[in-house]
Amino acid sequence: MKLKQLESYLGDVVQFANPKIELEQYPTGPHIASRMLFMAESSYGDIDGKVVADLGCGCGTLGIAALLLDAAQVVGVDVDGDALLLAHENCNELEVEMELIQASLTHLPWRGPIVDTVVMNPPFGTRCKGADMEFLAAALKVAGTAVYSLHKTSTRAHIKRVAVRDFGATSAEVLCELRYNLPASYKFHKQREVDIAVDLWRFTTS
Amino acid sequence: MRLITHNMLSCNIKGVTNGYPLGIEASRLETKESELNPEFLRKIFPKLEWKALRDAAHSLGLNDLPEHVEPSMLEDADFLKNFHHALLEVHLEEGALICPETGRRFPVTKGVPNMLLNEDEV
Repeated sequence: MKLKQLESYLGDVVQFANPKIELEQYPTGPHIASRMLFMAESSYGDIDGKVVADLGCGCGTLGIAALLLDAAQVVGVDVDGDALLLAHENCNELEVEMELIQASLTHLPWRGPIVDTVVMNPPFGTRCKGADMEFLAAALKVAGTAVYSLHKTSTRAHIKRVAVRDFGATSAEVLCELRYNLPASYKFHKQREVDIAVDLWRFTTS
Repeated sequence: MRLITHNMLSCNIKGVTNGYPLGIEASRLETKESELNPEFLRKIFPKLEWKALRDAAHSLGLNDLPEHVEPSMLEDADFLKNFHHALLEVHLEEGALICPETGRRFPVTKGVPNMLLNEDEV
């Protein structure tokens, strides 16, 4: 599947009608999601035929993108039951199928090395401090091969240090820098939309 | 929830040392056919806890999985068919997963297991 086609399909994913502020429920738009997954597959072969986990899957965008790029199995994990319902509907709409689990990443009910690749767009830690690092720690425990994740560019040095020194990553590389366009989803957003600089990271675990 | 997912899940209540594998209580199952991919099955096999899968399948009424798997079985079409069916085609839609140590029930609703812990369990 070509990148443009993937981006187009992901445009059909329905986003949160009432995003929950405390969970930082920003949707991952089709532009970023398609580029992230396309790169993971075309440069590293981390999607096709693999078991992929989408941690903090929200409405399911990244997991669905993985399925469209022929992941063998995709598991989406989220703490919010409403998000999981929406993810389920989106899967039906796009005629793909994803396993879904309601769980907290701080207490992951996980056993074993079944997952190859983790893809995620974790909270940036603006509402719940440290959430971004919690997600990263969990991802590095779960992934057999690689983790693809988005983090604010301003945290770059910190992430690299902690991922390798504390969370067991065998490598940590920024693949590219993206502009994340956040529309004014919450009432307290003063501007209509805001652009923040985020890094697309690839961490390896083996 | 497929049995491939069940194979990954364990009870993580604080203090529990023997939280795997989770027992299954099935109120509603669904079978959804999917394409058998032998390469995928061969690749995933070494990563699975076979006994957990076999016991889980058994509790759902699937009794075709052998106790011990010889490498040659992974080339056998009948074995692969049963393996594929148990691992990927049977879906637990409604029921619960049970912690083997505490008996705590994690409900499964619309195919989604709820593994969220209560405050006193973390």
